[in-house]
Amino acid sequence: MSLTLIFGLYVFFLAAFTGYQVISKVPHLLHTPLMAFTNAISGISLVGSLLAAGGHYGTVSTMLGAVAVLAATINVVGGFLITDRMLRMFKKKGGAR
Amino acid sequence: MTLSLTETFVQLLYLGASILFVLGLKDLGDAQTARRGVLLAEIGMVAAVAGTLLYGVGVTQVIVRWEWIVVALLIGSAVGTGMGLWIPMTKMPERIALSHAFGGLAVGLVGVVEYLQHGGPHMTTLQITATGLEVALGALTFTGSIMAFGKLQGFITGRPVTYPGQNLSNMLMIVGTLGLIGLLVYSPDASWAFYSVAALGVLLGVLLVLPIGGADMPVVICLLNSYAGLAAAATGFALGNNVLIICGALDGFSGFLLGMMMSKAMNRSFANVLFGAFGAAPEAKAVTEGAAPSGPAPNVGSVEEAAEVLRAARSVIVVPGYGMAVSQAQHAVRDLANVLQANGCDVRYAIHPVAGRMPGHMNVLLAEANVPYDHLFDLDVINDDFTATDVALVVGANDVVNPAARSNQSSPIYGMPILSADMAKTCVVLKRSLNPGFAGIENELFVRSNTMMVLGDAKKTLMQFTAALRE
Repeated sequence: MSLTLIFGLYVFFLAAFTGYQVISKVPHLLHTPLMAFTNAISGISLVGSLLAAGGHYGTVSTMLGAVAVLAATINVVGGFLITDRMLRMFKKKGGAR
Repeated sequence: MTLSLTETFVQLLYLGASILFVLGLKDLGDAQTARRGVLLAEIGMVAAVAGTLLYGVGVTQVIVRWEWIVVALLIGSAVGTGMGLWIPMTKMPERIALSHAFGGLAVGLVGVVEYLQHGGPHMTTLQITATGLEVALGALTFTGSIMAFGKLQGFITGRPVTYPGQNLSNMLMIVGTLGLIGLLVYSPDASWAFYSVAALGVLLGVLLVLPIGGADMPVVICLLNSYAGLAAAATGFALGNNVLIICGALDGFSGFLLGMMMSKAMNRSFANVLFGAFGAAPEAKAVTEGAAPSGPAPNVGSVEEAAEVLRAARSVIVVPGYGMAVSQAQHAVRDLANVLQANGCDVRYAIHPVAGRMPGHMNVLLAEANVPYDHLFDLDVINDDFTATDVALVVGANDVVNPAARSNQSSPIYGMPILSADMAKTCVVLKRSLNPGFAGIENELFVRSNTMMVLGDAKKTLMQFTAALRE
């Protein structure tokens, strides 16, 4: 086993536990926005796809990378917009409108 | 190892992004702060993308051409904006399923490109294992989500599709995929094995979702969310990128946790949802063993009769279900509630965790119709109040109010926590027809003496109620 893997596993499990703590406090009310939100941040795969689309590894790599950038961007932009659109609708009694 | 100034800056941007994502999720725990959470995560995403571009240009000089990056970013933003702004709230489960598909596709393709670039003997054991898992999970998420989307949209049958040896063959394919990844560790240049992993992932996505019925979609959507996250985390391991690992872990765990909550709300195990092919067999069973289908006939009432009951009511609890989404009746519900409230009636909403096709589905629809969220109550909070309530108004819900879950041990949903709509003085049920619901289970609530069935499209019926009460 490499040290990189061990460090990676540390990061993974600590993030997972943090996620568990934070997400278990999200009320049922907001579960759909939560899913849209995690969808948006899973678009972080842009980090990988941008490097793939901009590289010089041949046409196939570039094209596959470009499609990956496209799909991830749709998720990021659409995910954040739709999360916010939903959250704007949640109002307490006596709130605006 | 000391990093160059540029790379230090890139890593700090990634660190900042990770912190912002966690803080954003934390803010999502409260409707008051949730929008700030979205803003924080958006800043985090911009930082991560900026960091990546800087890394690709300034640190490794990997990024040498911009035209495809720019084109893909522009088209992606345009499509994303369109989807973000114009998809109707009733289509939210479909849109979530579709975005899982995009997520899986992106991650899977990145994995293939990694293999094309570094493929063969240049990859470390960690890289090849992570890339293999990434491609398998990405492909599985992609086709699985397309299947889920198809089932929700109705172009693939919502009924579970089963065949003999289904679970065994699926299991063999999973083992085969893992075996091929193991083989790649020892001979990383066996590209046939790599592409077989991808192909098996594609196939598994289809086959694993095939036997799952429409009513179980909430769990499946959560699981696909989880797989998409885990695939992203695997990418992080392959690229040695912590922000990917962190986001993947958050996403993966969020989906997993939601899935657990959903299966708990149905009193079933994950395994039962995934491999139990719920709703395939119970039809015949329910007819023979169910709550006396040949017994009392349902008490079908007219719109006028039901409106009279509502006019006299001092307290009403609305129980929405998937039928409300199908008939887009949320605004009609709200209009009726307004009239009832003007009458001095107390109106509240009881939300079952698995009502609808995804977690929180009903909450979003009612929020869209301007129902204040402090009028919406979870099952455990409101369930004891039904006995003291004049009318339980069931709008397109079925299984979540089926008393068989409490009493009939032979019922497939026995043990599932249900909303006690049958305990209300009168239970008015809006339903399209007297056919059994989606899961094919008889509902004895419909034949109870204190139940009044009003047949027809929920939205139309509700509008007729409102008109009758306004007179």
